[in-house]
Amino acid sequence: MSSTTLDHGHVGHDHHDDHHPHGWRRWLFATNHKDIGTLYLIFSFVMLLIGGVLALMLRTELFQPGLQYFQPEFFNQLTTMHGLIMVFGAIMPAFVGFANWLIPMQIGAADMAFARMNNFSFWLLPVAGLLLSASFFVPGGATAAGWTLYAPLSTQMGMGMDMGIFAIHIMGASSIMGSINIIVTILNMRAPGMTLMKMPLFCWTWLITAYLLIAVMPVLAGAITMMLTDRHFGTSFFNAAGGGDPVMYQHIFWFFGHPEVYIMILPAFGIVSEIIPAFARKRLFGYSSMVYATSSIAILSFIVWAHHMFSTGMPVTGQLFFMYATMLIAVPTGVKVFNWLATMWKGSMTFETPMLFSVGFLFVFTMGGFTGLICAMAPIDVQIQDTYYVVAHFHYVLVAGSLFALFAGTYYWLPKWTGFMYSEKLGKLHFWSSIISFNITFFPMHFLGLAGMPRRYADYPMQFADFHAIATIGAFWFGLSQLIFLVAVIRCAQGKGEKAVAKPWDGATGLEWELPSPAPFHSWETPPLVK
Amino acid sequence: MKLNRFRRFFSAVWLAAATSLITTSAWAVNDSVGGPKVNQLNLHEPVTRIAADIDWLHWAMLVICLVIFVAVFGVMFYSIYAHRKSKGHKAATFHESMTAEISWTIVPLVIVMGMGAMATKAVVAIKDTSNPDITIKATGYQWKWGYDYLKGQGEGIGFLSTLATPRDQIDDQKFPGAKEKRAVNDNYLLEVDNPLVVPVGKKIRIVTTANDVIHAWKVPSLGVMQDAIPGFVRDTWFRAEKVGTYRGQCAELCGKDHAFMPIVVEVKSEADYAAWVDAKKKELAAKADDPSKTYTLDELKTRGEKLFSNNCAICHGPAGAGTANVPALLGSKVVLGPKAEQVGVVLNGRNNRMPAQKDQLSDTEIAAVITYTRNAWGNKAEQNIVQPAEVQAARK
Repeated sequence: MSSTTLDHGHVGHDHHDDHHPHGWRRWLFATNHKDIGTLYLIFSFVMLLIGGVLALMLRTELFQPGLQYFQPEFFNQLTTMHGLIMVFGAIMPAFVGFANWLIPMQIGAADMAFARMNNFSFWLLPVAGLLLSASFFVPGGATAAGWTLYAPLSTQMGMGMDMGIFAIHIMGASSIMGSINIIVTILNMRAPGMTLMKMPLFCWTWLITAYLLIAVMPVLAGAITMMLTDRHFGTSFFNAAGGGDPVMYQHIFWFFGHPEVYIMILPAFGIVSEIIPAFARKRLFGYSSMVYATSSIAILSFIVWAHHMFSTGMPVTGQLFFMYATMLIAVPTGVKVFNWLATMWKGSMTFETPMLFSVGFLFVFTMGGFTGLICAMAPIDVQIQDTYYVVAHFHYVLVAGSLFALFAGTYYWLPKWTGFMYSEKLGKLHFWSSIISFNITFFPMHFLGLAGMPRRYADYPMQFADFHAIATIGAFWFGLSQLIFLVAVIRCAQGKGEKAVAKPWDGATGLEWELPSPAPFHSWETPPLVK
Repeated sequence: MKLNRFRRFFSAVWLAAATSLITTSAWAVNDSVGGPKVNQLNLHEPVTRIAADIDWLHWAMLVICLVIFVAVFGVMFYSIYAHRKSKGHKAATFHESMTAEISWTIVPLVIVMGMGAMATKAVVAIKDTSNPDITIKATGYQWKWGYDYLKGQGEGIGFLSTLATPRDQIDDQKFPGAKEKRAVNDNYLLEVDNPLVVPVGKKIRIVTTANDVIHAWKVPSLGVMQDAIPGFVRDTWFRAEKVGTYRGQCAELCGKDHAFMPIVVEVKSEADYAAWVDAKKKELAAKADDPSKTYTLDELKTRGEKLFSNNCAICHGPAGAGTANVPALLGSKVVLGPKAEQVGVVLNGRNNRMPAQKDQLSDTEIAAVITYTRNAWGNKAEQNIVQPAEVQAARK
């Protein structure tokens, strides 16, 4: 692969400094995909810390039985907002940040297709984040109906619920616009010679994720709008007394909700699929299978939503269908795990931080996959639905899955973004501290769930005390570990590390590694020719 | 670097062990009879065939997943050890294999199909609520359960079942001695005033519904869980094979006291159940208030005070002071003004927030609690006494 630049008598980016804004204007009016990517990443990390503080607060209350610090109404606000902020404020925007930084560089495009819409997509988020955070301070506090906001409990909530609805609408709009941008960019702006089947897998996973987002964010918008009208405009969508059905909310929500969880994991699969080949110094095994497996997961994700509703009383045929369909998703997911393993097998591996997080992801995400399979068995679900078993399951796939992949990707691409190497010592410390404390926090929750400890409980029977205490200690350790990451990233961005070469990872492949480190403000203004 | 890793791991284990030692010794808590055991690792001991089937299914899934996990990650850890650059291993160049892809698609497909087949019988069995011996309706309220025996032996019995653990064991902020009190309560948060009573060996159909928001009726030992949805009726069933007491908790977020509305089921022998039915029917008949009776102010106030603290204080505060979201009753226009308005509010609820009490409290109870509010904490309403007959008239 080679890139050619047309020589107009000026080379490098000095000339272009005249054209791009500086100071606060650079960021407020950013149209450059790298700047916007940085904005998304910083925003999502701030939200991660806020969501994390909420989690530590609720885990503090749960350290011992009894109500010590918070009354149950406030406790329910903490659990609800922890979920909403992490899902919509931390994980999703972080992946969009990666998409913005990497997709143009990886496909040889100068920028995203719609640079100004890209700016709008980002700047909607701090508004939504502010709305969500501010909802704690209005009369009645933040919504306390769980991140799933089931009706009719959500109808009882105060003003905080309306602010939450507004914030989710805004974030949904941001996601939809971002997805349109990503699809158009990937389908139209690939460099000559880069067929779809030559594209990095990260771009494939984002292409598929973007379609999922466009399909389901409007569904969520529908559900919360109906909730809004039930609350204020006299409708009865979810109110039986008026002829409506509370379970319809659950159907609509989970029709969004299930693809949503795949939206949060597919880009993680993409990141890990870039990193493992690089550090195994071996091509990704089964590239086309990986594409088909990802597509199968996305398609299947539309027909399994009611496995979140096994206890709502659906007829036997419904239970069986959703159980079978859900278990099917294990097959393409397994295919991906095997392909990653086959990539590692007989490679020549080194274990720098990105690889540590990726291998850690593989190990711990698969554990989460198995507990998901167990939850999918409808009879077993009778015992573990709405218990800590489910909490353990989704934290294994979302934290040890999505979040670890985000960490892996950050360490992997930091040299390209900043021009400096991060401290390998700090990176490794962050990894080991995180993976150990993560397991201390969430593994005991499997036991709690099997023993019947329900979710969203501010207080619990005495017999659960020990495992809760362990989980709280683990949670604090895990939270503090993320400060190591903050230090590592800031030091790297400040230039307190080795200067990075264009390709610091000798096994890496991809057009982004042809660019210098840090990547210039404008890159691939002339698309490279891909052979 | 390796040594650091082991050190870190062992200090984590030590920390966890130390914590559990500290916490277990701080509370002299025992297993809850019919509820969870201390540090229980697995599902409850099954007391019904369904629960036993579920238990078996779970063990089967655990074993299968564990075997696959060990195999797959055994391979991975071997690879991490043997195929590393520092060991001098040179990277191979293979990157695809149709045979491999087909095999590791088909084999897992067969495995999950087998798992699905294993579970099918149990799904069908759980859903089959036909031909019950006794049918009982469980209604979820914010925040208690109501049981009505609809059909079969015990028909006509109905009562509410509320958390029996007193607030002074729960709330450390308001009750300084709470921690010591609950440390010796093995059924903390798992006890109620009126448990559901059923006979052993009979098929009990539980019909669930709710008064306000979605709740869920769940008893792990019986292998039973079903959402209780307002305005809709769902059902489930169980046939308990052992006499005893079994405990569960509400399993769908239903507001602030979601954690404080447990379920207790007492399974009795047939003879004991028959005796209980007789006794309960007599008790309910005696308690049933005659709405045409007139009471004195003091009788109403005394009864009303107890009812207030069990039903209203949770939201309106023990002295009627209210909160940011809940109106104060002390000095309230509704409480101090004409009786008819307050009777209407208590009967029918208000603003989708205050729940209707018309199905939960009898005419006499409503009359008593309203009378109490009009004369308590400094309230001196002009119309300060309400008789049951007035409440009964307002129901029409």
